[in-house]
Amino acid sequence: MDTQSYLPVQPGVGMEENFLSLDDILLSHERLPIRTECSFPRLGFLDKSSDSQDIPEGTKMELPLWLSKGLYEKKRRVLSVELPKVYREGWRTVFNADPNVVDLHKMGPYYYGLGSQMLHFDSPENPEIAQTLLQTFMGRFRRNMDSSQNAYNEDTSALVERLDCLEKALFSSGQSGLNSFQSWEKGRASQLTASSLVLNYRKRKINDIQP
Amino acid sequence: MFCEKAMELIRELQRSSEGQLPAFNEDGLRQVLQEMEALYEQNQTDVNEAKADGRADLIPSIKLRHCCLLRNQRCLTAYLYDRLLRIRALRWEYGSVLPANVRFHMCAEEVQWFSHYKKSLASFMRSLGGAEGLDITQDMKPPKSLYIQVRCLKDHGELEIDDGTVILLKKNSQHFLPRWKCEQLIRQGVLEHVMS
Repeated sequence: MDTQSYLPVQPGVGMEENFLSLDDILLSHERLPIRTECSFPRLGFLDKSSDSQDIPEGTKMELPLWLSKGLYEKKRRVLSVELPKVYREGWRTVFNADPNVVDLHKMGPYYYGLGSQMLHFDSPENPEIAQTLLQTFMGRFRRNMDSSQNAYNEDTSALVERLDCLEKALFSSGQSGLNSFQSWEKGRASQLTASSLVLNYRKRKINDIQP
Repeated sequence: MFCEKAMELIRELQRSSEGQLPAFNEDGLRQVLQEMEALYEQNQTDVNEAKADGRADLIPSIKLRHCCLLRNQRCLTAYLYDRLLRIRALRWEYGSVLPANVRFHMCAEEVQWFSHYKKSLASFMRSLGGAEGLDITQDMKPPKSLYIQVRCLKDHGELEIDDGTVILLKKNSQHFLPRWKCEQLIRQGVLEHVMS
């Protein structure tokens, strides 16, 4: 079995975010369409389409998730968050019809993560969004698990390219399980191997010499 | 937009996957800190103005900048912490002496942290298993025999084993050596474990 001594901080589960997880930081950088409900004086330079000094009330712009989450308040209306296209009614019917045909990498790549984060904003469609996320995951999981457990010594790039980040992580852990099982069957499990970190460093060195 | 510099740092780590340590980006770090300083100062003037003149309309802007400050803080903390995790992994993969090209990527504080980590790991291992101590970085996979067959992948000079015999590790030569002596060298890619 290939033991890795570097274990990155795991991303949070569901609506939670893990403060130190790199994945969650990248996820919360996804941009959301918003509408301001009050004016932001002296920050006009953030909105590139206008020249005024302030961001006036009712401006439509895109803000990263972390900023929308930080500014959003239930009691005081500072901004309203609109749903990104893939979580709206039209796309939800597509997902419900057949989740397997959708390219989630193009949609996301943090389709599930961003979708769960959308539940922080009070929207009347929240229950439907949550339901669609769950159904999509369940619909795709069977096929995903099947391919990760059976594609041995094959080029998996075609299988992986349409997966969401969460599914990719599941796929690769399925693959590593399959690989270590195969090496156990061949009696190679007790063979000592060079650490993959060291091997990768050696690769890099050659690149440095020949740029 | 604010916080783009901090995101660059995070992306840089994410790109170098499998626990490789990219060079310490001191310049990027300084730029983020400068941005935070600027944000803080702008906020300070706005807060003073809001207090003095009772301008409540400034509050949303103050809050926006404050969110950016917190975000920058989060990114920097995550950057430094993830690097520490990678450096800690290096201790287990390479042993206590790092090759120069890896050490070159660490900043002075990280080198210091690494030597502290080394020391506390060593004193923990000394406290285990009686007077001799116990090397817990050995035998990551359960051993089947005490001696194993190894092949040299590159010239590594001489190696002395317990009974005083000196063995010359020459490229493509094969040896039958005590497992505990080779495990680290195998992990470093100097030797290859040959299974019959």
